[in-house]
Amino acid sequence: MSRTWIVIPMYNEATVVGSVIEDLRKTFPHVVCVDDGSRDGSQAAARAAGAMVVQHPINLGQGAALQTGIEYALQDPAMTSIVTFDADGQHRVEDAQAMVARIESGEAEVVLGSRFLDDRTQISLQKRIVLKTAAVQSRMATGMNLTDAHNGLRAINRDVASRIHLTQNRMAHASELVNQLATIRPRWVEHPVEIIYTDYSKSKGQSLLNSVNILAELFFR
Amino acid sequence: MLLIVQIVLVVAVILVSLVLMRGGVNAKHLAVRRIMLMIFAVAAALSIFFPDTLTRFAGFLGIGRGTDLVLYATIVSFFVFMATTYQRFRNMETSITTLSRRIALDEAPRPWTADEGHKGADDLRQ
Repeated sequence: MSRTWIVIPMYNEATVVGSVIEDLRKTFPHVVCVDDGSRDGSQAAARAAGAMVVQHPINLGQGAALQTGIEYALQDPAMTSIVTFDADGQHRVEDAQAMVARIESGEAEVVLGSRFLDDRTQISLQKRIVLKTAAVQSRMATGMNLTDAHNGLRAINRDVASRIHLTQNRMAHASELVNQLATIRPRWVEHPVEIIYTDYSKSKGQSLLNSVNILAELFFR
Repeated sequence: MLLIVQIVLVVAVILVSLVLMRGGVNAKHLAVRRIMLMIFAVAAALSIFFPDTLTRFAGFLGIGRGTDLVLYATIVSFFVFMATTYQRFRNMETSITTLSRRIALDEAPRPWTADEGHKGADDLRQ
């Protein structure tokens, strides 16, 4: 029997997280929301929608929340795979489903979402350039031929998940995850996903200036 | 000559910072920092009584004035201070993260062990 846990890092997402979880739970009944110290009642919204809520006592950052969610899911002995999912509704459940299917079929141990494998995602030129640069950087640093290094939608099987230990609490965790995967060397594939840029996700999304923070955090570990 | 001294100083800053950042917090590095602090304090005190000595030593290094030498030394120690403080900050952050995660996970519900209490519990008992 396979069991997938959806891991959602959450920070002040009360307005959207409920519907995101409800949508997910039609396909994936096991959803864990790692609340990173929200002060807007996100926890109640997530619980009401049927998710398990793991609550950081203080705000630590998205990377820390992701690692907490992974460790929570690992406590469930029946868990076979983990999907990381964003709370702001920019990912599609259908994409996650297809990615898990590729893991369950044994095709890969890690399936990474990429918005650049098809033309569904509408993306600004500016953002495209930044993301492409990040992908080239991680390709040079790790040798993994990624097209989209900063995609929040990933499916990981149990074995690989147990070997991931994110220490970058804030922005640089996506790069750190790729670095660790390069060391673990799982069988991995990229999967085309659509990123839905709503006004909400745009307002929550990372500013392009954040890439400066990412670089700084990667340099001074 | 001046340029050489400047380059040497900059290289020293980078090397010392890197060494102190790499090693984290250990007794050896702490001792090195304390020795450096002592030397700095003694030199500062001596320079008050014998200002010429410092200038002569600076002249020997090709820097010119003793004040400049003090300035360079201050910059070096400032960078070392920044590097070690950053390192300590990172270590503290790691501890806090580990601690918070432990608390969060301990307080979280575990539907796979409990039989009731949660809405989604029925589909968890496959």
